[in-house]
Amino acid sequence: MKYILLHIGQYFIMIRKVFSLPEKNKIFFKQFNLELEKTGLNSIGIVTIISFFIGAVVSIQTAFNFESPIYPKYLIGYATRESLILEFCPTMIALILAGKVGSNIASEIGSMRVTEQIDALEIMGVNSASFLILPKIIATVLFFPILIILSISIGLLGGWLGCQTTGITTADFLYGIKYEFNSFYVTYCLVKITVFAFIISSVSSYFGYYTKGGALDVGRSSTKAVVYSSIIVLIFNFLLTDLLLA
Amino acid sequence: MIEIENIKKSFGNNEVLKNISYNFQRGKTNLIIGESGSGKTTLLRILIGLHKIDSGKILYDGRDFTKLQIKDKRKLRQEIGVLFQRGALYDFMNVEENIMFPLTMFTNKSAEEKLFRVNDCLKRVNLENCNKLLISELSGGMIKRVSIARAIVMNPKYLLCDEPNSGLDPKTAIIIDNLIKEITIESNITTIVNTHDMNSVMEIGQNIAYINNGLISWSGNKEELLESDNEQLNNFVFASELFKRLKKI
Repeated sequence: MKYILLHIGQYFIMIRKVFSLPEKNKIFFKQFNLELEKTGLNSIGIVTIISFFIGAVVSIQTAFNFESPIYPKYLIGYATRESLILEFCPTMIALILAGKVGSNIASEIGSMRVTEQIDALEIMGVNSASFLILPKIIATVLFFPILIILSISIGLLGGWLGCQTTGITTADFLYGIKYEFNSFYVTYCLVKITVFAFIISSVSSYFGYYTKGGALDVGRSSTKAVVYSSIIVLIFNFLLTDLLLA
Repeated sequence: MIEIENIKKSFGNNEVLKNISYNFQRGKTNLIIGESGSGKTTLLRILIGLHKIDSGKILYDGRDFTKLQIKDKRKLRQEIGVLFQRGALYDFMNVEENIMFPLTMFTNKSAEEKLFRVNDCLKRVNLENCNKLLISELSGGMIKRVSIARAIVMNPKYLLCDEPNSGLDPKTAIIIDNLIKEITIESNITTIVNTHDMNSVMEIGQNIAYINNGLISWSGNKEELLESDNEQLNNFVFASELFKRLKKI
């Protein structure tokens, strides 16, 4: 318990340091652009591939379960859309990104710590936490929702392709994905991914920032970053769902 | 001048520095020597504010570093150039960007002025036309020289070096040592070099402090070092066969 409280306390001390005004806006925006590319643009490929196949598999499985003639065919499109927007895209993609982006952030900051680059920043009088972590948090919080919109679109495309193998017509599928559309679900999805983005970037940064030792410890920090950010994402997934939908 | 007064530092129950007082003089290369684990790296990290002291004072030309507000501490830190053991160069930047970084961060100089200063520093460390090289493309000696260039780019009043020639061949090590000594004399700055390399001591040791078991057990210059009768110091200095022979001569 003491160990957990120590980490929580240290995490909030770091967050307080992170959210201070950048020393030079020009340098901040340069770092921010770099982070947008590293954490956002470079994740488009994996998000596209995963979303496409999730969408396809979800629609095939739904079709398999709704084989009875009493269910209208458009339900497959409807169920695919709801599954993707409510759970698969925000949560699964967040877990994938916790692995990809989270480990990248933790190992990058961790190796800077063990090679004394962070010490060098501090000695120069630079707020290292703000300089290194703030651009990462803002880049992920701004870009992950865009990735999720892309993920939903690609997932639906995959769902449509999956339907083609099960004999559902395009018209049925399109009718299903428009049927009883509740725009609040998209808001819920975007709220979730914004919170998840903050968790992934800040928790991973935390484990990287407080790395001690050498290369092996950087690896350990990276693993911890993925494990803890995934667990916290799942806890917040439950809390947000309960708050927003229950 | 940097003065330390009655500095104590412990990590848990392990007392690393036991009431240390010393004056590091301006315009001289002040060397801290001692065995691994003697507390010299801790002392250097205390001087640059990476460790907090349990008690004592650190005076940078009369300014007590331990009592400064965060804002003033940051200002003072801009007057300190630090050369880390492994260089600590930012690997996401090239040579020019690394050296230019403090100028971009803390000055309002134009791009031309900054580039002029960077080239000036690169020339000083004999690395002209290396501006666009990546850190991964540099040799050990080049990394140290770029680090020195970055440390001096803001015209610091204090230069602190942690084992500047570790991992270097003897020839390159001497070049780095002499570069530090020349910069110290040219700019009349207070330089502290943390080392356990006796070649360095003989090359640039103007004011030497020997730390043993958390205490400064001897201090003097390199000539006095060779004639000292301090047993612990002699065991450390004349540990190698080469220095044992030198002592006999």
